[in-house]
Amino acid sequence: MAFLSVKNIVKKFDTQTALNNVNVDIEKGELVSILGPSGCGKTTLLRIIAGLETPDMGQVFIDGKDCTQLPPSKRNFGIVFQSYALFPHMTVEQNLMFGLNQQKHLSKEERKERAREVLEMVDLYDHRKKYPSQLSGGQQQRIALARAISLKPAFLLLDEPLSALDAKVRVKLRAEIRRIQKKLGITTILVTHDQEEALTMADKIVVMNNAVVEQIGTPKEIYNAPKTAFTANFIGTMNLYQQDRTAWGVRPELIGITRTAKAGDPAYLKGTVEEIEFRGALTRIYGRLEESGETVCADMDSHLEETLCLKEKEEVFFHIPQSGIIRYPGQKGAERNTA
Amino acid sequence: MKRIRDWKLYRNPGNILMFCMTLAFVVILICPLFALFSKAFLTASGEFAGLENYMKYFSTPALSVSIKNTMVVSLAAAVMGTLLGFLYAYGLTRTGIKGKIFFRYVAMIPPFLPTVVHGLSLVYLFGNQGIITGLGWDIGLYGRTGIILSEIIYTFPQAFLMFSIALNYADGRLYEAADSMGCSSLKKFTHITLPSVRYTLINSLFVCFTLAFTDFGAPKVLGGNYNVLATDIYKQVAGQFNMNMGAVVGTLLLIPAVISFGVDRVVSGKNNDGISSKAQALKIKKCGTRDGAFYLICGGISLCLLSLVAVLFVGAFTKYYPYDLGFTLENFRFNPSTGGIQSYLNSIEMSLLTAVLGTIFAFIYAYFIERGKCTGVFKNTGRMLSSLPLALPGMVIGLGFIFFFNQKENPLNFIYGTVMILVLANMVHFYSVPFVTASSALKKLDREYENVADSLKIPGWKTFCKVVVPLSLPAVLEIFMYYFMNSMVTVSAVVFLYSAQFKIASIAITHMEEAGDIAQAAAMSLLILFINVAARGIYEACRKISSRERTARSAAGKARIHFLKTRTQSSL
Repeated sequence: MAFLSVKNIVKKFDTQTALNNVNVDIEKGELVSILGPSGCGKTTLLRIIAGLETPDMGQVFIDGKDCTQLPPSKRNFGIVFQSYALFPHMTVEQNLMFGLNQQKHLSKEERKERAREVLEMVDLYDHRKKYPSQLSGGQQQRIALARAISLKPAFLLLDEPLSALDAKVRVKLRAEIRRIQKKLGITTILVTHDQEEALTMADKIVVMNNAVVEQIGTPKEIYNAPKTAFTANFIGTMNLYQQDRTAWGVRPELIGITRTAKAGDPAYLKGTVEEIEFRGALTRIYGRLEESGETVCADMDSHLEETLCLKEKEEVFFHIPQSGIIRYPGQKGAERNTA
Repeated sequence: MKRIRDWKLYRNPGNILMFCMTLAFVVILICPLFALFSKAFLTASGEFAGLENYMKYFSTPALSVSIKNTMVVSLAAAVMGTLLGFLYAYGLTRTGIKGKIFFRYVAMIPPFLPTVVHGLSLVYLFGNQGIITGLGWDIGLYGRTGIILSEIIYTFPQAFLMFSIALNYADGRLYEAADSMGCSSLKKFTHITLPSVRYTLINSLFVCFTLAFTDFGAPKVLGGNYNVLATDIYKQVAGQFNMNMGAVVGTLLLIPAVISFGVDRVVSGKNNDGISSKAQALKIKKCGTRDGAFYLICGGISLCLLSLVAVLFVGAFTKYYPYDLGFTLENFRFNPSTGGIQSYLNSIEMSLLTAVLGTIFAFIYAYFIERGKCTGVFKNTGRMLSSLPLALPGMVIGLGFIFFFNQKENPLNFIYGTVMILVLANMVHFYSVPFVTASSALKKLDREYENVADSLKIPGWKTFCKVVVPLSLPAVLEIFMYYFMNSMVTVSAVVFLYSAQFKIASIAITHMEEAGDIAQAAAMSLLILFINVAARGIYEACRKISSRERTARSAAGKARIHFLKTRTQSSL
């Protein structure tokens, strides 16, 4: 029995359908990421789980109980918003004590001890007398997180918590959040549009698009075996092609580039190099297949590219192994996303 | 699939509170208006009269000449007030003259005093024994001239404020581009500056017109035989107890206000110029002749305004102007028959009550409309109701209140004759600006505070008191200030509602003036000025303290910028 599950959720805003028959099960202690492009309904789903919105149809079950109509204050959760929503006129310590002081069953010492505990967990105990505006973005985020877990909630909701931060800070905080989450064993739902975030942090990813769930699976499953063309394209890059009524795709890192082809092997396709894009550890080569005229992109180690010394307009062979091809019968190949 | 419809949601505390507040609002706002309109269409005996009353009004030349008179003075005041307001604001925003802060404070003197006092000061200057009349220049104060002058004084600060804000938003790049094209100053003025304030111009004309149209204080003191609608209403209702005729004129008084309200709605919808985020500050170039001219203009206007206050001092502290100029404090020993010192204390009591209750109501109502957890119906109704008071002149409110609350059948009849009816009338009269101030401040707060508090299991009222109010403190203080000052100086609504047991200072001044106790009237005016200045001073001090606290909370680098911003946005 899943710890948290939403069944057949439908939510409409005026004429817009935000969620269309959404079903998700979340086990206790899992970090589940709801991933999708802007406007796909992921934040709405999170808010319904929090109780900040009520679904038009469907149910929300938390720990076996039907909590659909329960107001947020009766659900036992902590939440971190994109803007953090720290109270600017209170110090860090006061921000934490604001919620803790409401817990009448704890003594004053216990509350102070709890505040100290969470602050040390996010390594900001020394900053407890500061005001939020005196902290950096990353520090503010950690305080928001500390506040969210201070009341030992049953589950934690994170609504794009890292969007407002620099790339480097984001990477550091991803690890921090995951570490704390694992240590506390707290069921967490992370909403994000950043696939790297989802892939690195989550136990399970829920891919959403246009108010529906496209696929639910582990990061590896989502990446290696995307069930729909959308998922394939959204996570990482996918070369997608249409053949009659079937779409098929192959990941760039699975495509090899050689100057000689194994005779008779249909996996080797002739083509021309159009552009070479240096990306640091990887180099991406954009090319065009001779026979079909389709574009293709392949990733290789930059070391390897250097030894090969490819040049633009050079004729090469693109090796597409059968094992790397994923087929989507009856689906359309979406536009290539080479992010 | 089950369709979820939970009626329990409708029982939440937010909805209940909103329902009560909206109901209260309807009782204080809509019911009196309804009473007014129904009186206009009824005869004295209560039968339906259709348009009979209106016909009678328009066919009585003695009555309907007031319409023409009111239009004349209002038009004159609107044009002059707007012109002077524009020039003064231009001087303070677009020239290099010094002492801008001083000029700004002087321009805001008139709102510190009741309009009757403007009339009073003019009497000291231009009356039969006025200072300037004594110097040989008799302008024939009583009548049209006096009213127009008074209304210009009344409307000037409003126009100045509006233009001051509009002219502050200058995009320096436009002027630099014009310079590089070799445009003359005049061309820059007509092609860049004037168009940028065209909506303010329209708004100012309408606002000033409406203010002058509906003012009662000045015509009461200086009108003489020159009848305007406001004094007509007073004569009909308080003098002849002809309620129906008074109601008729009252509804007429509504017309420019409603038109002005409509125009403002349309204009502000079209005014999507906004400020480009790339706009650069205007660099004011040096120009001696321009600055010299504006020193004259702003200096001249300031001198006039200061002299209005100066004569009050002269009148209050001299034994018997202009005959005996010996110093005395006797004039502060007020004659109890015209109001006495008690009227001053009553005014303060009424203003404090209005400020406290008005601030609480306006802020909480705005909170629920902006951020509250209540159904959309209440929010939309609330917004609509909240914009109405802007279209209601004080006299209309006063009339509506008498007609509604003075009926024996009305269960709320008990408030008639008490301070509460005055407080409620003021709360409604001055409601719209506080509401907008509160809404703007509440909009600026992070949308998720309440949701965070929910997740922390903190009850809504606690979030309101400990997060929303402290973060909105500047707005709360501003609203309090606005209610207090306007209540101290208001005349038009309260002239029908005060009772013999509860006279207030602004009305007392009119009585003193009628009775010939001009010096006492001047003394009382000074007392009102004093309390308003003191209140303003306290407000400014509170604001400085709270902004200092806020800068202390910011990071070091941010603090300097913030401080500079609050300095330049210093109060109006």
